[in-house]
Amino acid sequence: MARKQKKQKFNILEHELVPKHEVVPPEEAVRILRELGVSPPQLPWIRVTDPVVQAIGAKPGDIVRIYRKSPTSGEVVVYRYVVGY
Amino acid sequence: MVVEEKIIKAIKFGVLSPDEIRKMSVTAIVTSELYDEDGRPIQGGLMDPRLGAIAPGQICPTCGNDAKGCPGHFGHIDLARPVIHVGFAKHIYDALRATCRKCGRLLLPDVEVKRYLTLLERLEERWPLLAKMLVTVVKKRASKVMECPHCGEKQFKIVFEKPYTYYEERPEGRIQLNPMEVRSRLERIPDWDVRLLGLDPMEARPEWMVLTVLPVPPIQVRPSIVLESGIRAEDDLTHKLADIVRTNERLRSLLDSGAPQRLIDEHWLLLQYHVATYIDNELPRIPVARHRGGRPLKGLAQRLKGKEGRFRGNLSGKRVDYSARTVISPDPNISVNEVGVPYEIAKTLTVRVTVTPWNIEEMRRYVLNGPDRWPGANYVIRPDGRKIDLRYADRKRIAEMLAPGWAVERHLKDGDIVLFNRQPSLHRMSIMAHIVKVLPGRTFRLNLLVCPPYNADFDGDEMNLHVPRTEEAQAEARELMLVQYHILSPRYGGPIIGGVQDYVSGAYLLTSKANLLSLEDVVDLLSAAGYRGEIPEPAVLSPKRRWTGKQLISLFLPKEFNFRGKARVSSGIFACEDEWCWNDSFITIKKGELLTGVLDKKAVGAEQPENMMHWLIKEYGSDYARYVYDHMFKMFIRFIEKRGFTMTVDDVALPPEAKEKIREILREAEKKVYEVIELYRQGKLEPVPGRTLEETLELRILDILSQARKQVEDIVVNYLDPFNNVFIMARTGARGNELNITQMAALLGQQSVRGERIHRGYRGRFLPHFKPGDLGPAARGFIYGNFYDGLSPLEVFFHAAGGREGLVDTAVRTSQSGYMQRRLVNALQDLRVEYDGTVRTPYGELVQFVYGEDGVDPMKSAHGKAVNIDREIERVIGWRV
Repeated sequence: MARKQKKQKFNILEHELVPKHEVVPPEEAVRILRELGVSPPQLPWIRVTDPVVQAIGAKPGDIVRIYRKSPTSGEVVVYRYVVGY
Repeated sequence: MVVEEKIIKAIKFGVLSPDEIRKMSVTAIVTSELYDEDGRPIQGGLMDPRLGAIAPGQICPTCGNDAKGCPGHFGHIDLARPVIHVGFAKHIYDALRATCRKCGRLLLPDVEVKRYLTLLERLEERWPLLAKMLVTVVKKRASKVMECPHCGEKQFKIVFEKPYTYYEERPEGRIQLNPMEVRSRLERIPDWDVRLLGLDPMEARPEWMVLTVLPVPPIQVRPSIVLESGIRAEDDLTHKLADIVRTNERLRSLLDSGAPQRLIDEHWLLLQYHVATYIDNELPRIPVARHRGGRPLKGLAQRLKGKEGRFRGNLSGKRVDYSARTVISPDPNISVNEVGVPYEIAKTLTVRVTVTPWNIEEMRRYVLNGPDRWPGANYVIRPDGRKIDLRYADRKRIAEMLAPGWAVERHLKDGDIVLFNRQPSLHRMSIMAHIVKVLPGRTFRLNLLVCPPYNADFDGDEMNLHVPRTEEAQAEARELMLVQYHILSPRYGGPIIGGVQDYVSGAYLLTSKANLLSLEDVVDLLSAAGYRGEIPEPAVLSPKRRWTGKQLISLFLPKEFNFRGKARVSSGIFACEDEWCWNDSFITIKKGELLTGVLDKKAVGAEQPENMMHWLIKEYGSDYARYVYDHMFKMFIRFIEKRGFTMTVDDVALPPEAKEKIREILREAEKKVYEVIELYRQGKLEPVPGRTLEETLELRILDILSQARKQVEDIVVNYLDPFNNVFIMARTGARGNELNITQMAALLGQQSVRGERIHRGYRGRFLPHFKPGDLGPAARGFIYGNFYDGLSPLEVFFHAAGGREGLVDTAVRTSQSGYMQRRLVNALQDLRVEYDGTVRTPYGELVQFVYGEDGVDPMKSAHGKAVNIDREIERVIGWRV
């Protein structure tokens, strides 16, 4: 049973509860960080072991952009700093 | 006064080494005796005067200061045998397992040790949290090794038995490791290996965790109390230390005299027990040390731990001066901004005022009045800082001496600002600033309209009052915390202050169409409201001049205010969809004139967002809002006072035909219930998906009965006079609802415990008056009776069972939500919204990219939204699109 479930992998990025994630290119990341006035570790963290991070192939040190639905303002853009552990 | 600024960069914790303990000690404690026959403390005893001066006038032999200046000095006890420090028992266990029993090296090969050390150094620099994790990994790996990679010694499994015993599982059996053995093993661990165990060898060598010298805290830490009878009562710590010294000396003499090992071990264990309970007297698996009376002694840990402990009880929260607490009672005649303070309290609480040329005459008057005549003063402070107590001074002389630069501790007087608080302080409106109004009596008085934010009533509630002392604090309180600035709640962006109970009924009755007022009434109402201005043209000129309540309301509305909205009474047969409606339950305000509609809870009540009061406050500001609350609202209670308002049993009396109808409905429902039960008995009942047969039956029965109750409610509502006082209260939202009326007039309905019909009690039945297995409505807590006719004894039992659950629920809920609140507050207290709209921690870490993801301050919002477009259009063009 356990093995069978493993085989039936699906693309989690297509699941309706998973918001859109994307890796931010370095030049843009620098711009965003300057706008927010933060150093990368001051952003909220997300682990490399996080399933979505693995699915989009982000590496530690990357910044991930997430488009989330919000009950107060429709869609919001948030950023996560990918960390190693 | 110039104070050198010192900034704390870091705090480092370590373990006291025996050398350090001896170095800071002023004397060794060698005897458990405290005082000699004359009652003088013994040298070398636990009350040795060298440990610190405590009595006034006494000079400390160590530092030469008097009791006020002496900080206290440590002593020490040289333990005859080492003992484990219980606080470090777990760390000692970790260290023992991770190191070799013979050579003391970490049980990892040299290469690995080296690699880990460099890694640790790098991590400590940047990721201190990761460094801690590395240490746990190292410990875990090292404790798995069973043969020392350095000396080849075979390792044994070490067992730790709480709270302070260690065993080694050797092939020949389980051998206990005594503290001396443990200490010598820890001593052998080299410094670099200590670092990998997570300790800094300079600040905390592992062997220091086994005590050879015990520090004795200064007397200031454990003062003795002299009781009225003249008997000295020593502090718990002194008692415990005396126990330690006594066993220690006994153990020493046994050792010196070469007593049998068994006896020595016994005393050694006793010493260990005393030292352990001295540090923490709530250790698992060992008996608590008790006083002679049987009261458990307080160990060092008990002084710090928990709600009453040093941290939560004395550092995070303290008892304060310049505060008062008493019972509260209502006073509708003071402003919402005010608080009534009894003379007695006003004479105790003081404000310090610096004397200037402009207030010197006033201050002289206060000084002359002295501490007993209000408004007076309790103290005068001279420019050199000396405080003169006016109780004992020549007040006339001091009043003459008064000059600019002096200060007077003046009584609280009208117009002073104070903070007023009611626990539990769940939101920021639980502490608001009020303006003092000194009144006779012994209770704090507050306006009824501020009851909702404090959640206060007058069944014995008490409240606290604090006087801000500095001008800065007073200004802040006045400008930020005053009640009128907290009318709109940040919780949902609506008014939290508003009328309750009689205010609501009064507003309804006053504005009702049926209400016509004579000139005398109008004058009386407007003077009660403190209205100054013209009386409008009467609405009815002939046969008599009569005014409507709506006209009076309009006098308090801004001239350009427009509003349209349903009233709360707009339901059932009184529903109105727009102003073209006879029922008068749709509020229309055009150009500041209340044209149609009655005011009820929705219009004037507390916690009602998007209503008339909300837009008034939002659009005309808090000064105007206070004016309305202080003046217009007074009309409501004045009117209900003039008219009279009460309730009688007859208000819930139903005519016989209605009772017959209700009986018919219940007969019908009962028949249906028994049909379903019959179906169930025959096994023909279809279960609802996901439910058992029994659950299905219960659901069906509950459904039938609740439908019946609803039908009964409709009948009650139809037959009762909608203009009797009970019904008016329910419809306007002043008190009670239609369900409550049904319960009084017709039937109480289904009682429940844990959401089920009541069935526990006897086997198969709730009470012995029913047949076992009876599933009918009456046997399972459906009450046919009502409060008008009275309940049968059996029904009273069902009602009590249901009522008890409610009480238990509230008790449990408050404690649970209180703890949840505490944890939330602790987690969120330091977050703040920065100027760029982001939410951050004090370290600049981002929590939200835009506050609330929309950047809206709920207090300044329109019920959570940034703008209410409909309202804005209505406001400008005067009607709703």
